[in-house]
Amino acid sequence: MTYVIHGFFSFLASTMFGIIFNSPRNRLLHCGFVGAVGWLGYLASRDLLLDGDAVKASFLGAFTVAVVAHLFSKWYRTPMIIFSVAGIIPLVPGGTAYNTMRNVMEKNYDAATVHAMEVLMISGSIAMGLVFAEVIIQLIFKKRNKA
Amino acid sequence: MNDAREEMGIDACLLAGRLMMEAGAETYRVDDTMTRMAASLDMDGADSFTTSTGIIFSPGGQRRVKLTSIRKRATDLEKIARVNAISRSLSSGDVTLEEAYGELKGVERGNFMFPFGLQVLAAAIASASFFVLFGGDWKNMLFAFFAGGIGFVVSEKFHESTRVKFFSEFTGSAVIGLLSLVVVQTGLGSQLDIIIIASVMPLVPGLLITNAIRDLMAGHFMAGISKGAEAFLTAFAIGSGIALILSFQGVGM
Repeated sequence: MTYVIHGFFSFLASTMFGIIFNSPRNRLLHCGFVGAVGWLGYLASRDLLLDGDAVKASFLGAFTVAVVAHLFSKWYRTPMIIFSVAGIIPLVPGGTAYNTMRNVMEKNYDAATVHAMEVLMISGSIAMGLVFAEVIIQLIFKKRNKA
Repeated sequence: MNDAREEMGIDACLLAGRLMMEAGAETYRVDDTMTRMAASLDMDGADSFTTSTGIIFSPGGQRRVKLTSIRKRATDLEKIARVNAISRSLSSGDVTLEEAYGELKGVERGNFMFPFGLQVLAAAIASASFFVLFGGDWKNMLFAFFAGGIGFVVSEKFHESTRVKFFSEFTGSAVIGLLSLVVVQTGLGSQLDIIIIASVMPLVPGLLITNAIRDLMAGHFMAGISKGAEAFLTAFAIGSGIALILSFQGVGM
C-alpha cells in the first residue's frame, strides 16, 4: 500500500515539475512516469535491499531515472533531459540538506558535519548514477548499431 | 552557395544555439546541434565554442566568425525540443534553410510557457505530493500546498521585478519559512520540518544540477563548473532564507 501511495504521489510531483519546467505538452505524463519509476526504485532498494542506506539507494534511483529517460529519448527522438530533469528532483537530498542547515544554526557542528557528508555522498551518488546509465546505454546502442 | 544564403546559414546555426542555451540545454548538445546544422549546410570545418554566457561559432574556411551572447537563462524544455526537431529536419533535408530559419525565428518570438496560474498550481500540488513522500501526515498536507504555491509566486514575482535570481530564491524560501512557522506556532499544524522541506522543492534547481553533471562528464568543464556554482548558490540562497526565519523564533523550538 505504501508503494501505491508513493508511486501515485511521485508520479504527480514529477508531472507537476514537468509543468514548472515547461516540458512539451505531450511528454508530461512521460516525465511523471520517469519520476515515479525513479522514486520507487530508490524507495524499494533503500528499504528492501540496503537497510535504509540512502546513498546507494540514490545511486540506483538516479540510474533508473537515467536509463528510462534515455530509452524514452531514443524512442521519441527528443533530448534526454526533457525526461530526466523532473525525475531527478524527488531524489535531491532536501531533507538532509535542511538538517545540515538546522544543525549549523543550532551550533551543533558535529551533527551538521555528519549531515553535510551525507548530502555530499548522496549528491555524488546521484551524479554517478546518471553517468553510469549514460555510459552503459551508449555502449549497448553502439554495439547494436554495429551488428 | 552565395553570400546571402551563407550568411543566413551562419545566423541560423547561431540562433539555434542561442535559443537552446537560453532554454537551458546542455552545452555539449548545443555544440553538437550547431555543428550538425553546419555540416548539413556544407560548411566544412565548422566549429563552435560554447559557454553559459556566450557562443562563438566559426563556419570554417574563408567565412566570417560570429558570436552571440546569452543574457537570460530560463528553464523551457519545450523550446529545446522544438529547436532540436527543427535542426533534425534540416539535417535530414526535410526542410530548406529558409524554412528552418523562419521556424527558428518563430520559436524565438513565441511564448510556449504554461500560464502562470497553472505553474503556481503545479508548484502547490508538487509541494503537497512531496509532503506525503517525505512522510508527512495527511492533515498537514494542505499547509505544504499553500506554502509551496505562495513561495513559488513570491520567488517568480521577485525575479521578474529585480532580475537577481539569488535574491528572489532567498525571499521565496523566507516566505515559505515564515508561513510554515506561523502555521505551526499558532497550533494549526505540526511537522514544521517536513512542511518546509516539501514547500521549497519547487525552488530546487533541478535542471542546473543535471546539466552541471552531464556537462562535466562530456568534458565541458567551464560550463559544468559555472552551472554547478549556480546550483550551489541557489541551494545556499534557499537554505539561508529558511535559516533567517528560524533564527528569529529562537532556535531549538
